[in-house]
Amino acid sequence: MTMESSVVAGSEPTVEPRGFELIEREGLETNLLEVSMGPHHPSTHGVFRMDVKLDGETVTELRPVFGYLHRNHEKLAEDMGYLGSMPFTDRLDYFCSMTNNWAYALAGEKMIDLEVPERAEYVRVIMAELTRLVNHIMLVGFFVNDLGALGTPLLYALREREKILDLFEWASGARMMCNYMRFGGLRNDLPEGWLTKCREVVDAFPYFLDEYEKLLVENEIILVRTQNVGVLKPELAINAGITGPMLRASGVNYDLRKVDAYGVYDRFPFRVPMGEVGDCYDRFMVRILEMRESIKILRQAMDELPEGPIMGEAPRVFKPPAGEIYGRIEGPKGELGFYLVSDGTAKPYRYRVRPPSLVNLTVLEDLCLGHKVADAVVILGSVDIVLGEVDR
Amino acid sequence: MDLLGSGIFKGMAVTLKNFAMTYFDRGRKERLPTVQYPEAGDTVTLFTRNFPFLIYDGEEEVDGMRCVACQICERECPPACIYIVKEKDENGKFVKRPKVFDIDVSVCMGCQICVEVCPFDAIVMDSEFEYSKEDRFGDLLFNRDELLKSNDYYHKIHPEEAQARDANLAAKKAADEAKKKAREEKAAAAAAAKAAAEKEASEKKDSPEASEPVAEEPKAEPAAPSENHAKAESEAKEKPAAEETPVEEPAAATDETEDAKEESSGGSEGKETSEEPEETAGSGEDDEKKAEEGEGVS
Amino acid sequence: MPVSDETPVDLAPVLESFPSLEVEKGTGALITQPALVLEVVQFLRDDPRYRLDYLSNVTGIDYLATVRKEKRVNEEGKTEIVKIDEPPRMDVVYHFYSMSEKRGLVTLKQRITDRDRPVATSLMPLFRSAEFQEREVYDLFGIDFQGHLDLRRLLMWEEFEDFPMRRDYVEPDDYEYEPTPHGEVLEKAKTHAGLGEGGSEE
Ligand code: SF4
Ligand code: SF4
Repeated sequence: MTMESSVVAGSEPTVEPRGFELIEREGLETNLLEVSMGPHHPSTHGVFRMDVKLDGETVTELRPVFGYLHRNHEKLAEDMGYLGSMPFTDRLDYFCSMTNNWAYALAGEKMIDLEVPERAEYVRVIMAELTRLVNHIMLVGFFVNDLGALGTPLLYALREREKILDLFEWASGARMMCNYMRFGGLRNDLPEGWLTKCREVVDAFPYFLDEYEKLLVENEIILVRTQNVGVLKPELAINAGITGPMLRASGVNYDLRKVDAYGVYDRFPFRVPMGEVGDCYDRFMVRILEMRESIKILRQAMDELPEGPIMGEAPRVFKPPAGEIYGRIEGPKGELGFYLVSDGTAKPYRYRVRPPSLVNLTVLEDLCLGHKVADAVVILGSVDIVLGEVDR
Repeated sequence: MDLLGSGIFKGMAVTLKNFAMTYFDRGRKERLPTVQYPEAGDTVTLFTRNFPFLIYDGEEEVDGMRCVACQICERECPPACIYIVKEKDENGKFVKRPKVFDIDVSVCMGCQICVEVCPFDAIVMDSEFEYSKEDRFGDLLFNRDELLKSNDYYHKIHPEEAQARDANLAAKKAADEAKKKAREEKAAAAAAAKAAAEKEASEKKDSPEASEPVAEEPKAEPAAPSENHAKAESEAKEKPAAEETPVEEPAAATDETEDAKEESSGGSEGKETSEEPEETAGSGEDDEKKAEEGEGVS
Repeated sequence: MPVSDETPVDLAPVLESFPSLEVEKGTGALITQPALVLEVVQFLRDDPRYRLDYLSNVTGIDYLATVRKEKRVNEEGKTEIVKIDEPPRMDVVYHFYSMSEKRGLVTLKQRITDRDRPVATSLMPLFRSAEFQEREVYDLFGIDFQGHLDLRRLLMWEEFEDFPMRRDYVEPDDYEYEPTPHGEVLEKAKTHAGLGEGGSEE
């Protein structure tokens, strides 16, 4: 891939419709139609708005509008102790509270060079991979929902997610807002019998995936609607900072679990699924394949889970020395980073979340241009956003 | 994908199977995991957390309250939904007990931070989730008396956690008592030593040749030098508290705990664990004081 | 360290090419003037020794004027505490990685000395990933990005005037009418109820 092409690719914003001429027919006056999709459109997965300009059905301009769920999480976090922000990170991407916790805990641990006990690391991996299953299965469900298969596949997905959420509830006390990880370890150990149950759930999952694939992957309607729709070129993907499954669907091998090998990820052999074309279908399939890899990691992590403490020697009040740190993990949606600046007090001087959902939306317009408005919905579905994280 | 549409039919077969299996799969809950909510028992698990409540020991709600109104939880609660006013007795002296302890459960997010930071195991999470109220502002603001629940109730909802907490408290109490006893003994020993020393000193004044036994005195004393040091510290600690005006006293005491906390965090990480016991001892002292004062009031 | 980062990056070549760059003490971040930033970033991106093709994170930091105390050894060999006036400033922080070479992390800071009228140079011509993130910095810190092609507010609404992430931001009085147990908010709520301005419930 050449650097030159990555500069050019779509770097100008679209004020004027790019490359689309109004079709002039004799005796007919045509006009671009401006449609505001959202903030309460069912396809936008939350309160998100796309201002689209349509030529007939074709998208000629698309501007995402955010901020409906904005609560200035970062400012709030600068006003309280480090631990106090932990429950708020749950609410960033509310499907993936475990990975959010982990990213924040990891940034904090980097800050004071805190050692995390072995068992805690394994439990973190288990939780993170379960979260990935939850996130991807929900994504696939909603994605198919956006395609028009209303209900059925989504409800199957919800049914499977429910089983994992039960596991989360059992371990952490809450289904979605887990608030489970702490600087230096975990809040509490796994309850008795949890592992057995988890094994059951994980063992049953591939059967469900088989069934799900049978239901969807060969479905002609899905193929037609997703293949070659919203193609993302790898050069643009890298240049636009796209991360996670969306980047890998474009054929770039970049998975922080491999690259950074944070936690104990270097102990698990797993493959990184990648797409070839970078269209919606690839993004959809990459997630399904990633789930299968997650199951592998889960099985191994559960087999190897050591005994021992779950909390390192964390100080009672977290008060890092002055300095700054950027900690990141591979969240289910992409690179979730926390940038913390400390001035030596018990409150962060600057607390910044690098939201994968928001950055992944950068290319939404490029993907949608020239497609029909119904495809815009599909493309947005394949990007995988959660507005709690986009707006923070 | 040989025949166009075969994929769709395969999918349909899956749907049909799922539909049919809901009639046969009920026991395994593989395909029909729906919980029939009000009928089918409770779904409370080991760590279920909803909103916090305050524990009291024994029978008397207010007197058995563990909370000493140290306000740590108020400060640490991320959405700031706890509001505490300390209680005063008739002389205007602060009693280690909250007069007002409000939790706005419409703001509370059940994060359990208050439980984790409370040094007295006084606040824990409830598993009750069926709160439906008519008034958003009044009814969802739980006051102290609504929040108070007995330790027995806690044992009922979270048996393991409650036992661990009780054991922790008992250990703390035992340690405190041991400390107290040791301190008393030391004080007595010190007093004796002092008296002896004075006596010796006076004797020394009288007879200069008696200086040798004085030098031998510490060796004969069972208390090691470090203990002497500790004694001096504990004396120093007790003194200002006794000298202070009654109104200021509890505030100073809370400051002390805070300082202890801050100090322990400010120190290097390596020292953390070694400082821990001291801190618990400090709060233990507070506990004792509180207990004494409580008795004085009631 | 529980985290093994990618290969650390040697900063020497870029410092050689751009002698005016500084390395921040303690953090190891590169500090540049806004005028120079495009060249530096282009160098970091295209030079084969770096190939930092992935701009991960963009954010701002606001520093008010402070007095910093520092221990110094004076001529007589005694340590004394010197008070140093820190002028107000703003930083725009960029985190770069290399996806193709699996390298990281290089932190680059654009230092803006004029806090009253902060102007920075946008990296959008080089990196698309700066687009939304710089808009966010503009929105929350009020830093004007020269060369950004679509600089609008991102999270706050367009009519909003202040910049909430600045350290001296004062929340307007008319937020949060809802009674909470806290005395001060309750008082506020009461005054607003009296004025009949309407609450957030409406
Ligand atoms: S931290 Fe515990 S003892 Fe202190 S005020 Fe809160 S509940 Fe009471
Ligand atoms: S559970 Fe969390 S939000 Fe609720 S009172 Fe405790 S600290 Fe505050």
